[in-house]
Amino acid sequence: MADSQTLKQLVLGRKDVQDLSDTEHDLPPDLMTVNMGPSHPAMHGTVRIVLTVDGERVVKSDVQPGYLHRCFEKESEYATYTQIFPYTDRLNYVSPMINNCGWAMVAEKLMGLTSSIPKRAEYIRVIVSEMSRITDHLTCIGASAMELGAFGPFLFFLKAREWMYELLEKVSGARLTHTYVRIGGVSKDLPDNFAADLTHTLDETAKVMVEVEQMLNGNKIFRDRMAGIGALTREDAIATGCVGPIARACGVDYDVRKDYPYSVYPEVEFDVPLGTTGDCLDRYLVRIEELKQSISILRQCLKQIPDGRILVDDPRCSLPPKKDTYNTIESMIRHFKHIVDGIKVPAGESYAFVEGGNGELGFFVVADGTGRPFKAYCRSPSFVHLSTAGQLIQDHLIADIVPIFGMINMIGGECDK
Amino acid sequence: MAQKVLDSLKAHHPAAIEHTESQHGDEIAWVKRDHLLAVATWLKTDPTMRFDAPVFCTCIDRLDWRPLGVPLSQAWTEDKPRFEVCYQLRSVTHRYRIRLKIAVLESDPSVPSLAGLWPAFNWQERETFDMYGIRFDGHPDLRRIYLYDEFVGYPLRKDYPKEKRQPLVRRDDLPMNPIKVAREHKPEHK
Repeated sequence: MADSQTLKQLVLGRKDVQDLSDTEHDLPPDLMTVNMGPSHPAMHGTVRIVLTVDGERVVKSDVQPGYLHRCFEKESEYATYTQIFPYTDRLNYVSPMINNCGWAMVAEKLMGLTSSIPKRAEYIRVIVSEMSRITDHLTCIGASAMELGAFGPFLFFLKAREWMYELLEKVSGARLTHTYVRIGGVSKDLPDNFAADLTHTLDETAKVMVEVEQMLNGNKIFRDRMAGIGALTREDAIATGCVGPIARACGVDYDVRKDYPYSVYPEVEFDVPLGTTGDCLDRYLVRIEELKQSISILRQCLKQIPDGRILVDDPRCSLPPKKDTYNTIESMIRHFKHIVDGIKVPAGESYAFVEGGNGELGFFVVADGTGRPFKAYCRSPSFVHLSTAGQLIQDHLIADIVPIFGMINMIGGECDK
Repeated sequence: MAQKVLDSLKAHHPAAIEHTESQHGDEIAWVKRDHLLAVATWLKTDPTMRFDAPVFCTCIDRLDWRPLGVPLSQAWTEDKPRFEVCYQLRSVTHRYRIRLKIAVLESDPSVPSLAGLWPAFNWQERETFDMYGIRFDGHPDLRRIYLYDEFVGYPLRKDYPKEKRQPLVRRDDLPMNPIKVAREHKPEHK
């Protein structure tokens, strides 16, 4: 009993347990150290912040990632280029298709195939990438809104996200870890009736977005929690390496799809939304506008997609037809070498990057002529964005860490590799 | 487009640049270690360059580098520098991109830190230190970032075995992992 008494005195700063008066008591004026994470409902994934707080105000913070480190780069050195696609799925597991495309592009760049990918495959890649971007932004906004107490938008957006996942499952066979893209194209063609399904899903998603915007945009609690919180200036955003929606919210006009166009993005029309204040509210608004642009890109792609091959006709990266594999010894051997030794990528090094859900997602590969990369490096936007978190939460309240983290949209798998 | 950058770099810093090359549309400049800070400062501040956006920093371990289909003279030998530290930079204004490379000997794996010029390299240099053991001189806070402080060795070096395990928590109360026992008793093969 004596212990609980001392505890109560310590917590309340009261002289004895019977003292229930409302008068002010002296609380210790020292700074306090608080651990936030690594397992905390508001810390997406697993990240630990050691906070030094003065009351509720953050005066110093140490952000520590690494709790989800799964040795992506080391494992990649021992896997063939095709075997790495499943690993990339698990980098940003909210938008795996974009990671797949990035990895395929770096191998194609080294093999000199970039310009010979069939048009249909390029369109399919853009379609699945934009669907992934939609799921990424829906999750980010939905989860952030939920953490601020708005549970409705979360359910609405997850409903829409589930429609997208169902469609992607029809396309690739897996709900979350698709492993759909291949070097030189994609693994299978779009399913029957895909265009009608996607059009219907986009219509429904647009309706859900109207509903959620009505719930959030004019919501006083939501705006008060987001506006002016975690602001970053344009110069800081550039110098800290921020990309994607976070940089665009600060007014940095940089979108890989526009600045270093790849795939068939030059053939579709879309706008790059920019913010002005660089705070959490702008990040939210930029993401909402990007959702609308992605829907528009998808509609254009469905109109423009041509017929044709889905994998480049190059013996280096396409398997021989199954009929030949089972009937001729040459094709059998080629099939075996292709699977066991992997796709031979000529020696050299290259950096290829795509616009991921969070910004510039790049892969830097050093190839040594074998079927396995000599070095594979992933430039993950989440890692760079998380490195600014310490600066963003400085002098904010502990409660403000939640929207700031929600809008940074740190994905553990991508940040920790 | 960015060949201009390499030419201009060579013209302004003839003593600092070892050589330049272009691979698959990426421009690469090999910088001498002692001149790295001067070259980086110039690249960031010169109005014709303005490389204000950092992209990534990493390192390549060239141990046992024997590429297929290229002359054997390019293979790694004991007398060549083992590590290559890479800095990728981007210019928001001019859309240039450049990769700076610094060759580092195994006996002295250190490079001047660029975290003071581009804050993004603070964490990326910590990551490179964590994975390759490159020391960045002048870095404000050079600690491990993904791994724990008690970790021995640098996992992305080529001589670190992929299967090596270093659990942080010792579980002496558990019987030995049978897979690990089998692996340790297997004769070594290469």
